[in-house]
Amino acid sequence: MSDLKALIEAVIKGDINSATAETQKALDSSNNAQDILDKGLIAAMDEVGVKFSKGLLFVPQMLRSARTMQECMKVLEPFFQEGDVTSKGKVIIGTVKGDLHDIGKNLVAMMMEGAGFSMFDLGVDVSPELFVQKVQEIEPDIVAMSALLSTTMPSMRSTIETLKQAGIRGKVKVMIGGAPVTDKYAREIEADCYAPDAGSAVTKAKEILGIS
Amino acid sequence: MIIVGEKINTSRKSIAEAVEKGDASYIVKVASEQAEAGAHYIDVNAGTFLEQETESLCWLVETVQNELDLPLCLDSPNPNALSEAIKYHKGEPMINSISLETERFRTLLPVITSQPCHVVALCMAETSMPTTVEDRVRVGAELINRLTDAGIPLKKIYVDPLVQPVSVDTQMGIATLGAIAKIMNDFPGVNTICGLSNISFGLPRRHLINRSFLSLCLSYGLSAVILDPTDKQLMATLLAVEMLLNHDEYCQNFITAYQTGRISDR
Repeated sequence: MSDLKALIEAVIKGDINSATAETQKALDSSNNAQDILDKGLIAAMDEVGVKFSKGLLFVPQMLRSARTMQECMKVLEPFFQEGDVTSKGKVIIGTVKGDLHDIGKNLVAMMMEGAGFSMFDLGVDVSPELFVQKVQEIEPDIVAMSALLSTTMPSMRSTIETLKQAGIRGKVKVMIGGAPVTDKYAREIEADCYAPDAGSAVTKAKEILGIS
Repeated sequence: MIIVGEKINTSRKSIAEAVEKGDASYIVKVASEQAEAGAHYIDVNAGTFLEQETESLCWLVETVQNELDLPLCLDSPNPNALSEAIKYHKGEPMINSISLETERFRTLLPVITSQPCHVVALCMAETSMPTTVEDRVRVGAELINRLTDAGIPLKKIYVDPLVQPVSVDTQMGIATLGAIAKIMNDFPGVNTICGLSNISFGLPRRHLINRSFLSLCLSYGLSAVILDPTDKQLMATLLAVEMLLNHDEYCQNFITAYQTGRISDR
């Protein structure tokens, strides 16, 4: 496993050349692709997320690490069969109706993908009806909603109401976030959790799904 | 340079508490400090109060104007809150803000044409956020044209080119700067305005980044700014750069600010 240590360090640094070379090296020394993903790339991104939440790493560094992981995945991909990669869970994410802000939502999606979740990004201005339709279609474990305006926060509540009316609220966990959103608001609208930043989104998602 | 003091915002804990308790004297104190530090408008924002936003915003308007003879910047993405708060305002307020988002534009236009006011035109398109200079200029120009068609004079329009974090895309700084220059050039007499803190999201030493960005914005022609005028370091940057750009005859504003203890270099 000592060779994965160099890979982890390269991903945390965001050094694409070293990281892809280390990925290839790990494959050459007959490591399993799933192991390289789990114990190398995902382990590295987990550390990036934790350091980011603590204020030890910053957004551009996080972006760079995620980009590096994506490049390493390209090296690994031929070694995975279609649908062969073990996912931590399926997550639908979107900015709620009436709101066009996507920066925070994109950071969360990127970090969750890096942590091994399968992400389905619905974009911005996503209506409660579209959330419900996609939940029925994709059957995700989590629905993640973002709002950057106090005026669009009520769309989070109505999305949860619409999920209830469709009889599928019990089938998914709901996670919310965005600058004006608070833990108190999450409890008020009966979301399952609130995540204050992209790093904690990963931790919280694992918590509500009961995975490590 | 028109300065809008940003401190009366319920996203700040002390302000939220004061509004909850109805502590008028604290609100007036924060408003007066900003006025003394050079604010031309006092921004009032109660967005975090959600259902109680309108009521709280109206209370803030009355509370500040009962004691201070200054116009306010009524700050909300919610047209209903703005249309109520404007009724309580004495003189010409600045309305922050209208955008091209269909519903927001439609509901706010009658409010801002119903009485004389200044208006911030945020470069947010119908269905997306702008990314490039061209996007911003297209949205800004469209807003200017529609607002002047509705009878609002150019000099009362403040285009906000929308500041996005440089941490996410390193082109975001020059995208805003380029838009400021182009809009000021294409529409002589119009104002441009922006807040500073979005630029530094996701980065360390945010105050330094904000101050540096302010200098650049001024050199690209920014004519109004939303900031904390009691931040002496930030005001020092503003006044020094204005002086260096030949906007301060006999360096009087800078020197007076120094002599009255309103600026600091640390």
